[in-house]
Amino acid sequence: MQPIRPVLIAASLLASGSLSAAEVQIAVAGNFTAPMKAIIASFEQDSGHTVKASYGSTGKLYAQIKNGAPFEALLAADQERPQLLEEQGLGVPGSRYTYSIGALVLWSTDANKVEDGAALLKSGDFNKLSIANPKLAPYGDASIETLDSLGLKADVEPKLVMGENIAQAYQFVDTGNADIGFVALSQVMEGGKLIKGSGWIVPGEMHAPISQDALILNRGKDNPAVTELFVYLKGEKAEAIIHDFGYETE
Amino acid sequence: MWLTETDLEAIWLTLRLATVTTLILFVVGTPVAWWLARTRSRWKGPIGAVVALPLVLPPSVLGFYLLVAMGPNGPVGQLTQTLGIGLLPFTFWGLVVASVFYSFPFMVQPVQNAFEGIGDRPLEAAATLRASPLDRFFSVALPLALPGFVTAGILTFAHTVGEFGVVLMIGGNIPGVTRVASVQIYDYVEALEYGNAHRLSAVMLVFSFLVLLALYVWNPGAKKR
Repeated sequence: MQPIRPVLIAASLLASGSLSAAEVQIAVAGNFTAPMKAIIASFEQDSGHTVKASYGSTGKLYAQIKNGAPFEALLAADQERPQLLEEQGLGVPGSRYTYSIGALVLWSTDANKVEDGAALLKSGDFNKLSIANPKLAPYGDASIETLDSLGLKADVEPKLVMGENIAQAYQFVDTGNADIGFVALSQVMEGGKLIKGSGWIVPGEMHAPISQDALILNRGKDNPAVTELFVYLKGEKAEAIIHDFGYETE
Repeated sequence: MWLTETDLEAIWLTLRLATVTTLILFVVGTPVAWWLARTRSRWKGPIGAVVALPLVLPPSVLGFYLLVAMGPNGPVGQLTQTLGIGLLPFTFWGLVVASVFYSFPFMVQPVQNAFEGIGDRPLEAAATLRASPLDRFFSVALPLALPGFVTAGILTFAHTVGEFGVVLMIGGNIPGVTRVASVQIYDYVEALEYGNAHRLSAVMLVFSFLVLLALYVWNPGAKKR
């Protein structure tokens, strides 16, 4: 009889545990890493659920989801990929919504480098301009659009270096290898102000809005905790965190 | 032609990078391999371990260190700036420096094994014939170790062609300068252009197979010696 008791206790614990607290596995675009970590901590505390998040570029996450990755929801860096997944029947219809709108900033680690970003770009007084690859990252796209609006694309092109995602575009500037770079405001801002260096927030009319969509995937269809997470994301607490990191919401 | 112009540019760049890296490593790696093969110093162990490090280190570690070291505040970056070369990241020569580190063991280890395989006797025999140390090295050791050099050259070349993580971290993805074939494929996959990714990947697959085939066909012949 002795060995049975611990097994029973463990089994009853597991059974009771699964009733109240569930686990959610989600995929999140790299640029949203910092706010998502804060939101998850807050959500876990309030709901008792556990969230396992994988961070990566939207293109890679998309490919993984198409090939059977066990994610229950996707928070993408763009609108295109979630839309494609929804159209292909891999997502829960109607669950897609814009959870954040990113802002672009021309940033340098030098506190005196960037005052008037447009004038600085025009002067050419920098060794390299780091951007995210426009082919892969919405922030890269917005960077090129901004250069286009300023009429400087051709002038600046020889000085462009590209990160495969916005994190790498930031890295090139942060390590000092590029004097300036277009990065996500969320990367250099905390609590409503710049963490270090100097920056110029690109006026919204210079590029198309960087709208980021979220979608519940088929695997998360029957997990109420996923729905709870999405409700939470739209709530006041999450919204405050999202704004704190320099994103807008709809 | 079913490869695009940028694909061809990436392949050409990759081949140039691998060739330059292999040539430099022949010059830099051979003395190190010779020293490791002949020395009885207590430094043999530690130096051998340092040479083998790139085999074990994730490319992300190597790429991260190189990016910081070659940056304006890093030791390498300050040296290159003082010399008037400027900064190495985002340049072809930056990739060459990174590749030399990354492929170092692939050059040194086969050559070292070949030198060790010669043993002392042929060199001692040459010495009794009054061959100078330099003469012994060039007329005895080098020809006897030739199979090791061929293996090392092929491995170094192939390994540099297959390089990805380090290039991704310090390259900056500039067409014709740092966008090598592996990075180009990565871009295609990320951008959902799977057709283009398939075509270039197939080229890489066939190429890698042919290189390794050359290596394995060559090797048995070397062992018969």
